[in-house]
Amino acid sequence: MKLTSFKRALWVFHVSTGSCNGCDIEIVAALTPRYDVERFGIRLVGTPRHADVLLVTGTVTRPMAERLRRIYEQTPDPKAVVVVGGCGATSGVFYESYNVLGPVDEIVPVDVYVPGCPPRPEAIIDGVVKAVAKLEKLAAGEPV
Amino acid sequence: MTAVSALWQAALVLGGGTLLALVYKGFDRKLAARMQGRIGPPIRQPFLDLGKLLVKETVVPRTAVRWVFNLMPFLALVAAGTVLLYLPVGPFAPVLSGYGDVIVVLYLLALPAIAMALGGFASGSPYGVVGAQRELVMLMSYEFPLAVVVVALAWRVAELGAGPAFSLATLAGNPLWAQVGPLGVLGLALLLVALLVVTPAELSKIPFDIPEAETEIAGGLVVEYSGVNLALFYLADAIKTVAMAALVVALFIPYGIAGPLGIGGIGGQILDVAFFFLKVFAVIFAAVTTVRVAFARLKVDQIARGFWIPLTAVALAGLLLLVLDKAVVG
Repeated sequence: MKLTSFKRALWVFHVSTGSCNGCDIEIVAALTPRYDVERFGIRLVGTPRHADVLLVTGTVTRPMAERLRRIYEQTPDPKAVVVVGGCGATSGVFYESYNVLGPVDEIVPVDVYVPGCPPRPEAIIDGVVKAVAKLEKLAAGEPV
Repeated sequence: MTAVSALWQAALVLGGGTLLALVYKGFDRKLAARMQGRIGPPIRQPFLDLGKLLVKETVVPRTAVRWVFNLMPFLALVAAGTVLLYLPVGPFAPVLSGYGDVIVVLYLLALPAIAMALGGFASGSPYGVVGAQRELVMLMSYEFPLAVVVVALAWRVAELGAGPAFSLATLAGNPLWAQVGPLGVLGLALLLVALLVVTPAELSKIPFDIPEAETEIAGGLVVEYSGVNLALFYLADAIKTVAMAALVVALFIPYGIAGPLGIGGIGGQILDVAFFFLKVFAVIFAAVTTVRVAFARLKVDQIARGFWIPLTAVALAGLLLLVLDKAVVG
């Protein structure tokens, strides 16, 4: 067991920045017995202080932008951000809406995009696992 | 016992206890997952979680009281570890037997809860404060039935006249089940039930996990903890689980199997220690794992009322039956 190993112990915090709940329900589906992400050591935690990965769903609405930035800063290093769904990646159908500040990567740095409306639980698990590579490099002190 | 051998024993108990605590936490999570129809994490998951927490950044919030915030995880871990030194391991007397008794163990078991509550108050987060208040309410709720159980047992052992009654070595050396009549057995069973209900509350596990309550107060008293501090709380929780289960074993099922099977010497001692580990695991499985899968979280007022009235009544009934049994059987 390497000390810098995040591979099988990944704690995830879920932030909804203005999602329609479609992606959120797919994240919950990944926790159900059918997909059971806990067998990979992935756990949904209640506070960003415990998190390694932020799962951000939805396009960023005006009130949520400041909160998203603060949640990102509250998360201890090393951390990664995974955007789940088309809205978070591109603003989707809310493109140019008066109340939308834009996709997530205009507010905080994003490492992995999981496209789909909503993406399947398998795709979400795959996205979270892809974030591991970045975390391990950060923990080992290598440039990302 | 020389100081050097005491140190060796203490190191062995602490090291072995920590290892065992993490392995049992792994079993607990795996079995809970199987009961829910999931595959569940590997048994070594707690080790992986700890290793990961140790490389994370340790954040101290600007609004926190820094020294209290950083001290409390250490205090919790030290208190939980010290309990292990006061508990008998199978056929062996506690490492610190003669330096304290079951009353000290009760205080030491309360100490991690108080440390977590102080850490929650010091974290400067409203969620932390709410969690800490809930922890203190729960502490005040379950301490009374717990004390009644311990006092009842100590009183009955004192009546036997088998040495200092509150000493854990004496309590574990004189199992009461065979010493009392039918009324006394009923009383002991009630006391055991009360202690098994107190166990998950002592450990803040579902249905008594209100101080943490991830889905409503976002982790409660550990809400601001991260990195090494969180790892220390994680370890303290695992060790406290084993310590509490070992206390139940020492008070109610301190039996060995080497004696009845007629195996002596080193082999018998090894067998007894293995049997002790099995009993500890059985208590954790019955009082923590099964219960936390089968129940949902209770509210704080339900817990306070539940411990103060019905459970205290059960414990006092157990005490009364023991007294009656003593009066009848003599």
